[in-house]
Amino acid sequence: MATVPAQVVTFDDPAAASIGRLQSLWRTLRKKPLGAFSATLLGVIVLMAIFADVLAPYDPLETHPEIRLSAPSRAHPFGTDDIGRDVLSRIIHGARISLWVGLLAVGIGTAAGMLIGLVCGYWEGRLDLIMQRFMDAIQAIPALVLALAIVSVLKPSTTNAMLAIAIVIIPGNSRIVRGAVLSTKQNRYVEAAQAMGCRHLRIIASHILPNVTAPILVIASIWLGNAILIEATLSFLGVGTQPPTPSWGLMLSSTGRAFMEQAPWLAIFPGLAISLSVLGFNLFGDTLRDAWDPKLRRQG
Amino acid sequence: MHRYVIRRLLLAFPVLALSSLIVFGLMRVMPGDALIALMGESGNVGEKELAKLRKELGLDKPYHEQYLLWLWQMVSLNPGDSIFTNEPIPVSLKKAIPVTLELAALALIIGLVIAVPIGVLSATRQDKPADYVGRIVAVSGLSIPDFWLGTLVITFAAIWVQWIPPIGYVSFWESPSRNLQQFLLPAAVLGFRLSAATMRMTRSTVLEALREDYVRTAWAKGLAGRIVVYKHALKNALIPVVTIIGGQLGVLLAGTFVVEQIFALPGMGRLTVEAILYRDYPVVQTNVMLVAATLVTLNLLVDLTYAWLDPRIRYQ
Repeated sequence: MATVPAQVVTFDDPAAASIGRLQSLWRTLRKKPLGAFSATLLGVIVLMAIFADVLAPYDPLETHPEIRLSAPSRAHPFGTDDIGRDVLSRIIHGARISLWVGLLAVGIGTAAGMLIGLVCGYWEGRLDLIMQRFMDAIQAIPALVLALAIVSVLKPSTTNAMLAIAIVIIPGNSRIVRGAVLSTKQNRYVEAAQAMGCRHLRIIASHILPNVTAPILVIASIWLGNAILIEATLSFLGVGTQPPTPSWGLMLSSTGRAFMEQAPWLAIFPGLAISLSVLGFNLFGDTLRDAWDPKLRRQG
Repeated sequence: MHRYVIRRLLLAFPVLALSSLIVFGLMRVMPGDALIALMGESGNVGEKELAKLRKELGLDKPYHEQYLLWLWQMVSLNPGDSIFTNEPIPVSLKKAIPVTLELAALALIIGLVIAVPIGVLSATRQDKPADYVGRIVAVSGLSIPDFWLGTLVITFAAIWVQWIPPIGYVSFWESPSRNLQQFLLPAAVLGFRLSAATMRMTRSTVLEALREDYVRTAWAKGLAGRIVVYKHALKNALIPVVTIIGGQLGVLLAGTFVVEQIFALPGMGRLTVEAILYRDYPVVQTNVMLVAATLVTLNLLVDLTYAWLDPRIRYQ
């Protein structure tokens, strides 16, 4: 993915940083068809989530046993499930759950990871050593097992699945921010600010933070896809979103698998919805990476 | 080098100790315990009997005592019995580990067989249709959920080719063909997911290698394209690929947790997920610690492999 020559965007002025990054992203989107495709795909999913009440042709919870397991038709383009609910409407409303979980989980995980990474990277020392070992310990436990255990502790629900995913995200993010802070700290302008007697908080907010936001936004966009995938997996295992709330993972695990041979549309459409949204975030993450932080490209 | 290995091993102890604390803590704060789950299965169990059982299992002791006792059991390689099945944990592990190892090894092989040629093809045909197809296949591997792909594969194999994998696990030594029939689909599902990151990394490192002077020299010498790509470029592009494979081991182990559920394979993943759902503390704790220790060790081995692949790398 190394076709567009890009430069690391580093700014001291947060406003200039935002404009510079947006311009750089726009240039990359125009040059990369896959980037433009991902932006369009995500736009559609976001609109679907926001206007679900208007776009969904039926109430996602309304049951019509007389038309149960109907194949896709003009009235029900994605068919109906085992109790006659419209699959398209449930998928449109499911976008809301997936995006909500993804955005909040990644938001919390990124904010916490950023805070830990900033503190550890800026002050280093014993606190850094202890925190990093703690992060290593969390990372040594497979993410899905950790999320499963956390949700079991907190009780299966959408909110708790979201919290579990946020906790899983923290160590990776903190490590990336810590690395970026350690490297930014070496710059002369940081040394100059320290020599001038600037307060630590001011140095962090004005000089370090603007330079670590690019990598963290790139990683966050990639994590969004993973968060949707983990939520779907938790719901598939029965510990995420609970019925009758329309969740893509739950739709797959409950009716999708049970009626797979009889009514394959029950598994195909929710699976496609998950795959396309994760694909959108992954491709968009790649585009952000190309636009803002080519150094991260090698990390896959 | 020896110093580096010793330092890494010493650092691994506090990490594993902290992991053990996290797992132990999580299991203890979970609502309900294995005995309540057991009661649900077996009907009525009196309070007296429950208290007696708790005492027998050591669940009535203060948490710190339970933790220290478990640590001692782990260190002395005697992790105890499952609360739920009463089976000694080493016996369960002896049955489950070969299943997961076989699945993981086959998935890794399938992943590499898919990833490396497509990654190289993508790099040598940069920005051509083959490259776009390769990249879409790679990102799809990262985006398609294992559980969905697994479900589709099972169902469509049954509908279209009227074939379903044999039910009831059979070890490779008992019947190699039956065993491979059971493992081929799950390993392919997992391998496809694994191949994605490796494919992307192979593409980007081969692209870099193809721009190096030694590759230009090889072209200038008139060597055949295949030799230039595979002998000169790919060989030198392999180190970051090993890194990504190392990083994928966690994904591989986590993947086995879901795939084993779908394909009803009695491996570590299925054992652990079921143990979490039944609050079977000793089994969860032992399995998670085993996986954590394996990951820490494998990461160290991957780091050491770099030095073997590239003698310029020296660890201090």
